[in-house]
Amino acid sequence: MIRFNSVHKQYAGGIDALRNINIHIEPGAMAFVTGRSGAGKSTLLRLISLIERPTRGQILVNGQNLERVRGNKVAVFRRNIGFTFQDHRLLTDRTVFDNVALPLVIAGYRYQEIKKRVQAALDKVGLLRKQKSLPLALSGGEQQRVGIARAVVHRPAVLLADEPTGNLDPMLSWEIMCLFEQFNQVGVTVLIASHDLEMIKRMKKRIITLREGRTLTHAGDMHERP
Amino acid sequence: MNKPVRPPRQIGYLRKLQHFISVWVLQHVQAFISSLGQLCRSPIASLLTAAVIGISLALPAGFYVILENTRRITAGWEGSVQITAFLHMDVSDARGRELATELGKNQNIAHIKYISRAEALAEFRQSSGFGEALNALEDNPLPSLLLISPRPDTHPEEMAANLLTLLKALPEVDNAQYDQQWVRRLNAMILIVQRIVVIMAVFLGMAVLLIIGNTIRMLIYHRRSEIEIAKLFGATDGFIQRPFLYSGFWYGLCGGLFAWLLIRGSLKLVEKPASHLAELYTSNFSLTGLTFDETLILIGAGVLLGLIGSWFSVSHHLRAIEPA
Repeated sequence: MIRFNSVHKQYAGGIDALRNINIHIEPGAMAFVTGRSGAGKSTLLRLISLIERPTRGQILVNGQNLERVRGNKVAVFRRNIGFTFQDHRLLTDRTVFDNVALPLVIAGYRYQEIKKRVQAALDKVGLLRKQKSLPLALSGGEQQRVGIARAVVHRPAVLLADEPTGNLDPMLSWEIMCLFEQFNQVGVTVLIASHDLEMIKRMKKRIITLREGRTLTHAGDMHERP
Repeated sequence: MNKPVRPPRQIGYLRKLQHFISVWVLQHVQAFISSLGQLCRSPIASLLTAAVIGISLALPAGFYVILENTRRITAGWEGSVQITAFLHMDVSDARGRELATELGKNQNIAHIKYISRAEALAEFRQSSGFGEALNALEDNPLPSLLLISPRPDTHPEEMAANLLTLLKALPEVDNAQYDQQWVRRLNAMILIVQRIVVIMAVFLGMAVLLIIGNTIRMLIYHRRSEIEIAKLFGATDGFIQRPFLYSGFWYGLCGGLFAWLLIRGSLKLVEKPASHLAELYTSNFSLTGLTFDETLILIGAGVLLGLIGSWFSVSHHLRAIEPA
């Protein structure tokens, strides 16, 4: 589903964020990207979502060579991806319902369909009764769950999460991770960047460790210790 | 939530087109309504912007109304340019009348009237109030004269000038002059003012563009995070632009309506003194405002400026915002 072939990313100023990355994540897999701050976790996700372009190398997502996804195709490509962020990035002046509805509105769904799907997604993350609330009235964990509902409401093939548990206590973090696992079980390819190594290990999924822009561990064996 | 939903391949080209069009219409309606909602959420700021646009539009439009009214007044005068020919003191009444009849045959003269010295004196005595003083004079100081209205013509200036030369050449005529030279001068001045109004309209139109452009720029930066998120979730440039373009449309429309209201209000204020003045001149003149067409043009100009201004702003500032 996601394949990196000798991907190199250099930022302006000569900083190498990623060096010679080779990764393959199968369709329907769930994997973690870990490493210290600045190791290149976020850059990896940003390359997949076309926020950044690699300096060298090739990235394939869902069979598409990202090199050829340009201009208006970027928007269409992104509709097949869901995102969550550490800081949630919810729109504070819109209700929970409107926030979750955004990807569907963009894709041009009708209101009846939007309502059905948004409520299903909110139900899934356990926040259906909060659909009329404003995001700032929710707790951090609830806001993250709204973010997850927004990321999956349009049924993307790939779900990318950047530090989804960064600001949450271990209990809430675990709940969030289990939520991701549930989506993975119904076929969504999930890639999560996180530095919470202890919890990641407990998930018993594949772990990709980055250090100074290189892959340190790249093993298909989910039991392998980094 | 199994596989991502994709349009099945077997859907025909026509169905696809139909779907595309219905989504397009739906999103336009959404942008149309949501941009209006956006304006209503900050009513004071929106009203102020619309007011500034309205005043900018009302100024040239108001001057236009003034010019049109002036033109309507002077148009009545222009057609009736008269030539007054003063005869020599020694020309007799009989000769004067004879001359009038002769000249009356000239096809360029629509109307000619002879006023004898006695008639002129009587008229002057009546209208000037100098009756007593005139009694003191031994002789009648006033000459007899011919009042000539040229026939309406495609080149009234030229024809009137020809008539004037003709009259001046007559031995009986002491002097001949246009009666209403000042009307011409006024009209020349109106032409200049007209140009100034056009120049002003251009400048104020540019001001409206800048106002709308800047307002939209602030709207865009205010909603920066929303734009970034929308782009991340696959919004096309068109999708993101639309609400801002419609905002420009609403600003222009409200500004145009506001300008119309300003002009209507101003006319109401001037109407009474104007009709009083007209009464004093025993004229049935009344102020006219904008016609239906002109109102449409005014509001249309507002809408057009709104759309152009927001388009400039959107195409310049939206590209700068990319998700980070």
